[in-house]
Amino acid sequence: MTATTISWRGVSVALGGHDVVRDVTLDVPAGAWLSLIGPNGAGKTTLVRTLSRGVGYRGDVTLLGRDAADLGVRDRARHLAVVPQHPVIPPGMRAFDYVLLGRAPHQGLRCSSSVQDRRRALAVLQRLGLETFTDRRVDTLSGGERQRVVLARALVQDTPLLVLDEPTAALDVGHQLEVLELIADLRTERELTIVTTVHDLTVAGQFADVVAVMADGRLVADGAPSAVLTPDLIGMHWGVDAACDVDDDGSVTVTVRRRKEQRRRSASTTARPATTHASEGDQP
Amino acid sequence: MTAATDGRGLTTTDPSVALAEPPGSDDVVDEVPEATRLTAAWLAAGLLAVLVAAVIGIATGPVSLPLRGVALELLDRLPLVAVDSGLSATQQAIVWEIRTPRVVLGLLVGALLAGSGAGYQGVFRNPLADPYLLGIAAGAGLGATLAIVTGAGDGVGPFDAIPMFAFIGALVAVAMAATLSVRRDGSDTPATLILAGVAVAAFFTAAQTYVQQRHADTLRQVYAWILGALSTSGWDEVLLLLPYAVVCGAVLVFAVGALDVLAVGDDEARALGMHPRRIRMAVLVAASLATAAAVAVSGLIGFVGLVVPHGVRLVAGVSNRRVVPLSFLFGGAFLALADVLARTVQSPAELPIGVITAFIGAPFFLIILRSRSTA
Repeated sequence: MTATTISWRGVSVALGGHDVVRDVTLDVPAGAWLSLIGPNGAGKTTLVRTLSRGVGYRGDVTLLGRDAADLGVRDRARHLAVVPQHPVIPPGMRAFDYVLLGRAPHQGLRCSSSVQDRRRALAVLQRLGLETFTDRRVDTLSGGERQRVVLARALVQDTPLLVLDEPTAALDVGHQLEVLELIADLRTERELTIVTTVHDLTVAGQFADVVAVMADGRLVADGAPSAVLTPDLIGMHWGVDAACDVDDDGSVTVTVRRRKEQRRRSASTTARPATTHASEGDQP
Repeated sequence: MTAATDGRGLTTTDPSVALAEPPGSDDVVDEVPEATRLTAAWLAAGLLAVLVAAVIGIATGPVSLPLRGVALELLDRLPLVAVDSGLSATQQAIVWEIRTPRVVLGLLVGALLAGSGAGYQGVFRNPLADPYLLGIAAGAGLGATLAIVTGAGDGVGPFDAIPMFAFIGALVAVAMAATLSVRRDGSDTPATLILAGVAVAAFFTAAQTYVQQRHADTLRQVYAWILGALSTSGWDEVLLLLPYAVVCGAVLVFAVGALDVLAVGDDEARALGMHPRRIRMAVLVAASLATAAAVAVSGLIGFVGLVVPHGVRLVAGVSNRRVVPLSFLFGGAFLALADVLARTVQSPAELPIGVITAFIGAPFFLIILRSRSTA
């Protein structure tokens, strides 16, 4: 696998008159896992959408050495698969038919599935432990199952690049880890290059080998998790007091503490009848 | 090769391995699930419905004809088949000159309305979309009203002016809705298209009502047209409709796979290598032409485009690969049978067929809605 890369060169995106992404230059090495992190509204999702031409942009975006602007819709879909944050689940559609949609970029105008297409879909479903779900309706699956079915559709696309926008936002801790570890395994098996946007800094620190921090549309830091995820940087951009533990393998666990002055304030208020402010005490 | 059977390893998910296996070379092929498609059984069921409706439609009328004789007479007309139907010459004339054209017209109009309804629902990802959504009915209504009040409807040239005016009015309305829905930045969405359709329909309805009220003497005629009818003067209307049925039907049936991809929304469909706008335009043009042609010869027959695809979806699933072609077949059968009722309920007088379809369609629609919500 050579040249399996994504690169942004001086990319800016304006939405509704505002610069949402400003002059971002970033390279993703072949086979890497890039996690884009940053506070809400930092421009992570928008930057990712430049890959799938979901938004117009200035600057250059290159996919596998080719200018993304020159790639036709079909060509792009053979290079890059996207797992959206909020996938549209068509009511009543069978899981197997849904996963087969991922073969569309490889099919003719009529989008009819060959035996090979169906075999590919089955193989991916088996790999993800979903083979018993083929006849289930996607809209009746649980959040975790649904997330895996959407992932299956993206994998069936057989692309070297996989983009996941907040892949675990809707999942509980256990299912989060399950999906992320699955993606990590698949990345090795299929030599995928992975780009995710995430809110959970520990997820970024545990799974990514490149972390890029965005704030206010700009790229403010990028590099290995242990170099980027520091209490200073997190304090500066998220405004929180964080502890960062680096493991031997370089993965980082980020723990966010409650701010001291706020803690003091609510400590004085909880002296009043406990029920009144119980919910405020739950806030991070 | 056998790696695919356990299906858990890296080898199975490697595309080169899967593609390198010659199809049918091992028993794995049998275990691969089927994609949802139009099966032979469903196709046969649809064709059977059409056939049954046709025989009943031809056999029923003021002069009662034996079902068996009608079936044999139809069979006799097939190439390479020669059977004696036992019908008299008069009965044969009734079959071929009066009833068959009307039944075929009913089949075609029903097929076009239901098929384009299914197409509209696929494009708008909304099971409540119907073929009159983009102002076709209002446009055709205005066209027909103009033809009637100006007296052009009494016959100009080889064809009746009413279908011509109705057809043009329908297409003008849809074209206006489509043009108005494109925003200043050149983009359009299904939502803006629907809203533009609502606005255009309101405008054309207002114009139609104005023209209609200004010419009270033709009120009855306009009203009769609006309620819909399948009255024919032989095979002319059928021939008028046939090219639209064939071309639009082919386009819609060709697009079913793309419509299924479009079900995940424009953004995701694009990420899957599709051109949502192109698909939408192709399907809308075909469905609108089909609807306009149907409405032009039959008037405004409601509910067929809504109820039939709904019913099909309920029994055959949501895939457009089934819904669209089966809507054509069952829609044709439905309207041919509705026409039998229209002709016989108040015989010798005829009820407007639009009344029948609404009368059956509305309760049926409610039943479907209720069973869907519990499913």
